[in-house]
Amino acid sequence: MRHGKAEILEDRCIDCGECARACRHNAIIPQTSSFTEFSEFKYTVALVSPVLYGQFRKEVLPSTILAGVRKIGFDDACDVACASEAVSAAIDEHLASYRGPLPLLSPFCPTIVRLIQARYPSLIDLLVPIDSPMEIAAREVRNKKMKELGLRRDEIGVIYLTPCPAKMVAIKYPPRKRDSHIDGAIAISDIYRPLLSAISEVNDGGHEAEESVTGMGLGWPVLGGQVSSLRAENSLAVGGLGDVERILDEIEHGRLGDIQFVECHACAQGCCGGPLTVGDPYVSRGTILSLVARFGEAPCQDRGKIRELYQKRYFSLPGKISSRPFAPLDRDIGKAIEKRKRIQETHEGLPQINCGACGAPTCLSFAEDVVLGRALLEDCVVVTAKQARTTADAPSGPAGDPQALTL
Amino acid sequence: MPSEPLFWQRFNICGRDFVDAGKASITIKGILREIGIHPSLIRRASIASYEAEMNVVLYASQGTMELRVTPKDIRVTVEDEGPGIPDIALAMQEGYSTASDEIREMGFGAGMGLSNIKKNADAFSIHSVVGKGTILEITFRL
Repeated sequence: MRHGKAEILEDRCIDCGECARACRHNAIIPQTSSFTEFSEFKYTVALVSPVLYGQFRKEVLPSTILAGVRKIGFDDACDVACASEAVSAAIDEHLASYRGPLPLLSPFCPTIVRLIQARYPSLIDLLVPIDSPMEIAAREVRNKKMKELGLRRDEIGVIYLTPCPAKMVAIKYPPRKRDSHIDGAIAISDIYRPLLSAISEVNDGGHEAEESVTGMGLGWPVLGGQVSSLRAENSLAVGGLGDVERILDEIEHGRLGDIQFVECHACAQGCCGGPLTVGDPYVSRGTILSLVARFGEAPCQDRGKIRELYQKRYFSLPGKISSRPFAPLDRDIGKAIEKRKRIQETHEGLPQINCGACGAPTCLSFAEDVVLGRALLEDCVVVTAKQARTTADAPSGPAGDPQALTL
Repeated sequence: MPSEPLFWQRFNICGRDFVDAGKASITIKGILREIGIHPSLIRRASIASYEAEMNVVLYASQGTMELRVTPKDIRVTVEDEGPGIPDIALAMQEGYSTASDEIREMGFGAGMGLSNIKKNADAFSIHSVVGKGTILEITFRL
């Protein structure tokens, strides 16, 4: 915080969206797209992740929600759950043939990928090189619509309804150098109101028998959803940045090599608790799990077909993810050492209570701000109060002299 | 002659404290990152300091870990008050371990610690007095 405004150090931002979640005044609004940006497309398709199904009462079935999405201005709505099931099967294939170091890491939370690029570059090669369900669903729906409607590739707009800013950044700037199959993203929180009224107008055709959305992929946005859809016996699901960092530290220290696959989410409850969602994460989780119990048993994919596609590298991601370390304190290593030393010395003179009154999240980050010239030592209320007391005491008589106070 | 830039910090390690176990090496990793040390060297330093820290946690009553960084090298010195190592050559062998069943159950004590430190370091020295403690000096050249 500087001058009453939150300031983001761009080069340290991993798009986790925690700032938007933490701000009580909702002053931070991640930039997503709006409907008008897509008016140039002749035909628009909304990509719907099961996260959206978790935002409504569990009686509102996915088919009804998809119908609602079609009512609010999209020409069609396409579910991602089935692509998620295909990706699960592809990960199974990958794990079965993989012989390198373990554990492999799930690459589907863009914030975690960014965290690994920045702080755990040695773990980059552990990220499973399989494309995300949203990209695969986008590719498939675009090809289908091109054939069906005789439209050109660029006439169809595929838009993801996103639970977090990170997915939007991943669409705009994919970590591997290639173009996304998705043209933009709209925050779930932005379409929620119109969608809610659209849904109430949908003639409830969403009888269970007609439910078009099935598959093990329904559970993907819930923490543990990826892991439970895999055949691997030794796997782990971790949610929340702090816990993910702890696990990544363990892996970097050469531990956890007996685990095959780790599902990592920046959000504690998985994508269903993303910062751009509306519902309570725990309630959403419950809703999604009840949908899984109802429809998730029926597979929507043919394993044999997936194996064939996997072997043809249908799911593979091209290229390598590069490391993107945070900028060091100084390009010159000697100067960086000096600066780190001064940060340490400054920190030792601070109260170390992380009160946040100076605007920095911790005393250590404040010390860094002081040394790098982003803040003044006097911004610390405790330091200033101490200084004021010393100055007040200095010209007075002996300590404790009541006369001195009356001056 | 102006003195060489030097960063120095000491960490206390508490024996048998599994809550804080590994925190010193994680802090060291963060400091090296801020200074702009190459990621592959950070990884080596981090693995070696973690193994050394865990040795103190697992076997000693207490110890300290000291990090010194200059533009030429990184030095991690770990000193503990512990049982000491009677036969260093034997302890350096991969797979040799005096770990109790309890330690093994927690997934440690595979006998790879010291050899792993040596493998990751550019220079490594070990001094130990039985009944008193052990001093490790691990150096990485920049």
